[in-house]
Order: sequence, then structure tokens, then C-alpha cells
Amino acid sequence: MSAPSTGGASRDGYGSALLKLAKDPRVVVLEADLGKSTKSCLFRAEYPERTVSMGIAEQNMMLVSAGMASSGKIPFASTFAIFTERAFEQVRNGIARPGLVVHICGSHGGIHTGTDGSSAQSIEDLAIYRTIPNMTVMHPCDDLSAEELTIQLLNHDKPSYTRTARNKVPRIYNEETVKQIKIGKGNIISHGNDVAILACGVMVNEAKLAANELSENGVNVCVVDMHTIKPLDGKLIEELAKKCGCIVTAEDHSVIGGLGGSVAEFLSKNIPIPLEMVGVDDRFGESGGTSELMSELDINSDSIVNAVNRVIKRKLQP
Amino acid sequence: MVHKAGSGHPGGSLSAIDLIVGLYGTEFRFRKDDPNWEDRDRFIMSKGHASPAVYSMLHNLGILTKEDIDGFRTLGSTCQGHVDMKWTDGVDFSAGSLGMGLSFGLGCAIAAKMDNSDRNIWVMIGDGETQEGQIWEAAMAADFHQTGNLNVIIDRNRIQNDDFMEVQMEIGDIGKKFESFGWKIIEIDGHNMTEVINAIRVATNEKNIPCAIVAHTVKGKGVSFMENNPSFHGKAPNDEELKLALEELS
Repeated sequence: MSAPSTGGASRDGYGSALLKLAKDPRVVVLEADLGKSTKSCLFRAEYPERTVSMGIAEQNMMLVSAGMASSGKIPFASTFAIFTERAFEQVRNGIARPGLVVHICGSHGGIHTGTDGSSAQSIEDLAIYRTIPNMTVMHPCDDLSAEELTIQLLNHDKPSYTRTARNKVPRIYNEETVKQIKIGKGNIISHGNDVAILACGVMVNEAKLAANELSENGVNVCVVDMHTIKPLDGKLIEELAKKCGCIVTAEDHSVIGGLGGSVAEFLSKNIPIPLEMVGVDDRFGESGGTSELMSELDINSDSIVNAVNRVIKRKLQP
Repeated sequence: MVHKAGSGHPGGSLSAIDLIVGLYGTEFRFRKDDPNWEDRDRFIMSKGHASPAVYSMLHNLGILTKEDIDGFRTLGSTCQGHVDMKWTDGVDFSAGSLGMGLSFGLGCAIAAKMDNSDRNIWVMIGDGETQEGQIWEAAMAADFHQTGNLNVIIDRNRIQNDDFMEVQMEIGDIGKKFESFGWKIIEIDGHNMTEVINAIRVATNEKNIPCAIVAHTVKGKGVSFMENNPSFHGKAPNDEELKLALEELS
């Protein structure tokens, strides 16, 4: 598929989706002083009567959302990914345990956030939310897919956590191709049979760059946008495992417990094949420019190329 | 119930029960035959360990059966250890982790206002529970959002899990603290039914700002050896204690 040249940050897609969802009167938006950053400000500007300002009080926001969900509303609550983590137990006990359908959006996920430094760089959010029973966990790769997946949440019957990113990246989808994505289904961006790269978020673009470089050396790479971390698309992973014989995961997240961790769990139980995981290797980030940091933490397209070379070697020389 | 289960929280149930009876017996709007009626008032039992008090009330109303309460704390039971909306009709909140119920009630209150519904939201919290910072996040936000349909009843029994609050972490004048957050305060003896019912009526009729009823209570009220005794926060009575307790309560 050819990607349009214009870029978009996934947080922009969240904001535009809220506007499109507004026609359902049950939809309400909660924010914790970061609406301009998460892009819920777009909804606030048009629908102030359905926007609930919680101040800098994330724990309260999660339970207020739960109370509203129990009263027939469909709450979308957002703040920075890292600050949702402050309210993890509230999400676990107050939202997910009673099965209340609240949709949480954590923006500025990963080290892509950049110069603010490690305090704002959530690299464990996907892992922790994935451990909560019945919780859907997503990390879209661009603005269009973030918008589409957020819109699909309107009819989703489980609580969810969606991580968005701060920075613009080249679009992976266009207005037509984005219609093929579905919550819970990995989406093949390019076909190949030597290795499958399962990526999420901003790393989908890095995977595409890596695939282009590898194809020049005759390596046929299948790139998958694994926007839903939970429920994991095991059917697709099994198909790709059989077809390619090795897999690389790529995420702007700790290698512990996120996309790489969940794919590793699935493969070891179902179809053990060589796996390499590109992600933050159990360390905190620091301040820095986005590309500098991705290089420093070894999570860019070069890292993926190296991981592909390693995993193919393992496949051929077991 | 607690004796049969061999575990549970009798002390905080006995301090709260007069308040619960006072609420359900007067202003609380609900339908016995339709506990999930969407326009009912809500009762958010945030101090969810006092579940025996709630289950007893719901049993008395005919919403829970004797079999339900006899199964308290057993596998598959309608009556979970802590009150849980997912398991029990007539329960509006899944409690068990202190500090969360006032926020949940605030969410219900904001939703009711959005719906132009006149349903009232009642939250019961413990005094020890006010040590959780989230209580004060909710207190601040209830004032900001002018939720006159939200009322909290504070079971001021002065004892928490490990010991008396004055030993663990005394909170001081809870009423003044809520008042400084913009709430209307009503201080009562939580076992004087005239005061309880009057306070509930005053809070119901206050439509502009949230109300906090600070109910001074006795943990283990009505059972001499449990009264004001921290060791009966989370301990079931043995056979002999049960017999004595039932004699005293009857």
C-alpha cells in the first residue's frame, strides 16, 4: 500500500474521533488538565456540557468515569499515558472489575515524547493494562487508524486502554485503507515470507523503513500493524509463524510485558519459533530529541534491521 | 452471617447499620421489585467491608434471600466479601479498595445532572477511609461541579483496621475539612434515629451544594464486647460470642 506523504500524530486521531462520536448523546469526555495535549480539547470546544474537567486528579477521574458508565454514559477519559498509571488500581478495581465500559486514552506514550525526559515517558503502560482481565489494549500507529479504532470503541463492550503518541509520523493508512482495520485484528501492511515484523505505534513506520532496506538485500518482509495488544490476534500470528518461520516485534515500550512479551507468550505456548524483540531494554529514558533517543535506546529502523538479521540467522541455523 | 462465614467485619457493620436503616427507611428512592431501575437513587457503600450491614438491609427488603446471605463469602455466592455490583442486585458499587466510592458517587451525580434526573446519590465512607487522598480529590471536584444531588455519610467510629485512629493517623475535624471544600455539614449522633432521619431529610432537600453528614458512631454498637474494640474490626465472633451478641442485640 502506498502511504500519503502527509503525516499525523495518533493523538490527533483520538481528538477527531471524539468529535465524530459526539452525535451519540451517551458519549462524555473527561480530562485531567491535559486536554490540549491529548486533543480532547476539540470535543470540549464543541460540547462543553458533556466535557467533565477533573483537574490534576487522575484517580478521581477514573472512578468518576466508572460512576458515569454505571449511569448509562460512555466515558472517554484521557491524560498522559504515564499519569494513567498513577491510577492503575482505580482502573483495575473501579472500572475493569465490575466490567464498566470506560475508554481510557493515554497520550504521549513511549520515549517518542522526547525532551520532557524520563518522568513523562511511559514505557510500561501496555504491559500493566494487559494484565487486567477483560481489558482491551491498543496502540495505533497514525492519526487515521487512531481515529478509526476510537470510533469502533463506541460499540465495544469492554473497558479499554488506548495509547497514543505525541509526535507526527508518516501516515501508514489513507482514508480507504484505514477502513480495513478492526479492533483485535492485526493488519498486514506489506507481504513477505522471510520474516514477519509485528509492530505497534510509531514503530510501524520504523518497520516499514526497515523492510524497505531489507528488501534491497533480498529479504522479503511481512510488516504487520499490531495495533491491538489485547486481545492478541493469535490466529494471524500463527499463520505468519508458519509462513515465515521467525518473528520480530517492535514497540516504543519496554520489552517486558508489552507487544513483544505477549507475542513471546503466545509463540512459546503454541508454535515455538525464533523471536527477536525490539523495544526499550529494561531501562528508563532521558531527555533528548526523538530520533536521538530512538537511536540511544536502540529502537529505530536500524535496530529492526539488526533484529531481522539475527532472527533469520537463528531460523536457518537452529 | 459473619460467624457462619468465619470471617468478615462486624465492628464497622454495626456502627453503620442505624444510618443505613435510616436512609432506606425514609428518603431513599428505589423499587424493591426492580433493584436495577435506572432512575433509582444510588447507595454507594464505599467502606465495602461493612457488607454484612448492606446485605442485612437488602435481605430485610426482600431483595436478597436467606440463602443469599447464608452464602456470604463462599464460592459463587451472591454475597461477596466486599459489596460488588457485579454480583448483587441492589448494590450500586464494587467496593473493597478504600477511597474510591466518593469519586464513583460523584460520577453518578454528574451523570444524573446531565440527564436532568432528580435522583440523589448517597455515599457512605468510613472515617479511616478519609486518610486516602482520593477522598479529597472527590471533595474538591464535587464542589467545583456543584453536585447538590451528592451526599456523603461519614461513619465516624474512630477505629480503623489496626487500632484507634488517634494511634494510626487521626484526621481531626472531618466536618471542617469538608466544609472548607464547599460542602454543607451536618454533625449527628449516628445512633440517635431522630437525628439520623433529620440529617437525611436536610441533605435530601439541599439541592445546591453537596452535603456531608458526619455521623458519630460506636464501632461494634449494640454488642458490649465489640463496642469500641479495634479487635472486632475484621474478626468473626466465635460460637460463644455469637450467642452473647445475639442476646444483647435482641
